[in-house]
Amino acid sequence: MLRYTLKRLVNAFVILFIIASVSWLLMQFLPGSPFNDDKLTDEAKAQLEAKYGLDDPLLVQYARYMGNLARGDLGNSYAYNGTPVVDIVLGKRLAVSAFLGAQALIVGTLIGILLGAIAAMRHNSFWDRFSATLSVLGVSVPSFVLAPLLQYWLAFKAGIFPIALFESWWHSVLPSAVLAIAVGAVVATYTRAEMLEVFGQDYVTLAKAKGLSRVAVVTRHVLRNSMIPLVTILVPLAAALLTGTLVVETVFSIPGIGEQFVRSIFVNDYSVIMGTTLLFAVFFVASYLIQDILYGIIDPRIRLAGTRE
Amino acid sequence: METRDRQLTPELFQPAGLGSQDAEKIAGPSIGFWGDAWRRLRKNRVALVSAALILVLIALAVLGPYLTPYTSDGQDLSRQFRGPSLSGFWFGTDNFGRSMFDRVWEGTRVSLYIAFLATALDLGIGMFYGAISAYNGGRIDNIMQRVVEVLVGIPNLVLIILLMLIFDPGILSITIAIAFTGWTSTARLIRGQVLRLKEQEFFLASRALGAGSPRLILKHLIPNVLYIVIITLMFTVPSAIFFEAFLSFIGLGIQVPDASLGALINEGAREMRFYPHLLVFPAIVLCLLTISFRLLGDGLRDALDPRMRK
Repeated sequence: MLRYTLKRLVNAFVILFIIASVSWLLMQFLPGSPFNDDKLTDEAKAQLEAKYGLDDPLLVQYARYMGNLARGDLGNSYAYNGTPVVDIVLGKRLAVSAFLGAQALIVGTLIGILLGAIAAMRHNSFWDRFSATLSVLGVSVPSFVLAPLLQYWLAFKAGIFPIALFESWWHSVLPSAVLAIAVGAVVATYTRAEMLEVFGQDYVTLAKAKGLSRVAVVTRHVLRNSMIPLVTILVPLAAALLTGTLVVETVFSIPGIGEQFVRSIFVNDYSVIMGTTLLFAVFFVASYLIQDILYGIIDPRIRLAGTRE
Repeated sequence: METRDRQLTPELFQPAGLGSQDAEKIAGPSIGFWGDAWRRLRKNRVALVSAALILVLIALAVLGPYLTPYTSDGQDLSRQFRGPSLSGFWFGTDNFGRSMFDRVWEGTRVSLYIAFLATALDLGIGMFYGAISAYNGGRIDNIMQRVVEVLVGIPNLVLIILLMLIFDPGILSITIAIAFTGWTSTARLIRGQVLRLKEQEFFLASRALGAGSPRLILKHLIPNVLYIVIITLMFTVPSAIFFEAFLSFIGLGIQVPDASLGALINEGAREMRFYPHLLVFPAIVLCLLTISFRLLGDGLRDALDPRMRK
């Protein structure tokens, strides 16, 4: 298990390294330089470039960039008077986004499991169709449609929730709900399919034959065994959450990392864009890593083969 | 009562004239794979309605702008922000007085165009890559799979955002960015299927009878992976529509004055409080499109691959 984990860990770092290199390479293609001022003479420009090391050979620049990255230095923001990118990316904003995401993840997963379980237990009934319809809607209606609509109906028209900003827990309900719906839809679809599969297994028939009550069969045998493959949806869930936070924070003007990212795109604040993209990359690669390690714990065959198909 | 009174005569117990060779006779007409799938699909009302809806939406995306006397870029500041009405502008007008009906269907056309093009590229590259990798096997397969493994590890969203930053946002660059990140999963699916087919007896038999690579690929492999391609197509299109709309929403997609559904939704969301019709119409069209593609995809999967049915 240790060998397998180490292997996955190395793999994750290789991928992060590649992503960092690619993003550095892409930055070289970006139009313009930080010293675009017409008043600068050529000598002054050359001086500035020498000061920041922009006249060094590309390989030297690349090595310096990677070195800084390893020390956690992501450069300075162009738009915020040279504030270090790290302070912007890993500051208060990250905590806000993490809170929204975690709240949505917990609520969404619980609702998803509940919906999926009801659908599987009452297979082909009204509740099954009801839950299937909800999941299709939840997966298909994108957050950038759902968020403005909920904001319009529940906050603006009905006045139940605050329209925007992030000042109290009450402000987090609508944004989290939008995220949780996407999460719940994904979880419900998988839970239903998985539970139907488990219901057909011999050990479930045996449990029923032993005379266990329906509740005991479902909670002790079916639910537990169908929760294991839920690991598969970790990465899709992470993706759903991330795209969700970008949209939801923009729509509700929440001072989180996603709102910052969208704003940086609009003002071409490249260093912050790159820093945030790297943060997203770390988030994704970490979810891949957790998924792989959990796989290894659950299914020894994968651990021995070393890779998953 | 009647049966009890009936006389049993020896004539009733004659052989029916079925010889041993007749037992093997196939009574019904041969239907074939596609006929069989069509019969299953025909019974699925949800899938049929979705297919019809998709056709209607495509038709409107093509013809919609011609149905009104207005154009999508005809500005007239004297008619800003009109609400939807049956006699004037069906979907109302926007901040420049442009007809929303025309803009929504032009946007749908752009979104569908990007989605279909990206899907075609994605499936084309994925199929080619996966098939070559699996068909050749051995070292080529090994190398090609390592490449895919690294690419799969790079998150789609991150890659698309990076690509959109260097390319000027436009229809072509969005298409390429979406296809570039999507083809790896198609390649894996196709590879898996081809590897399975290579192990099967009919493939071995054909090879033993002297069939060369072109015949094996054209006659045996392609027809047998086609159904996977169709199913994947149905799920790739809505996700491409979604990605394009998402990019437009965060400002990396289609730029003004062009519009896609995502760009229209973004504009609408800003004016929503006072002019909800700017948001509602493009949002409805986008949701109808993604939902019907997904439902048709589910139906086709059940019809083409009944074992997948849950």
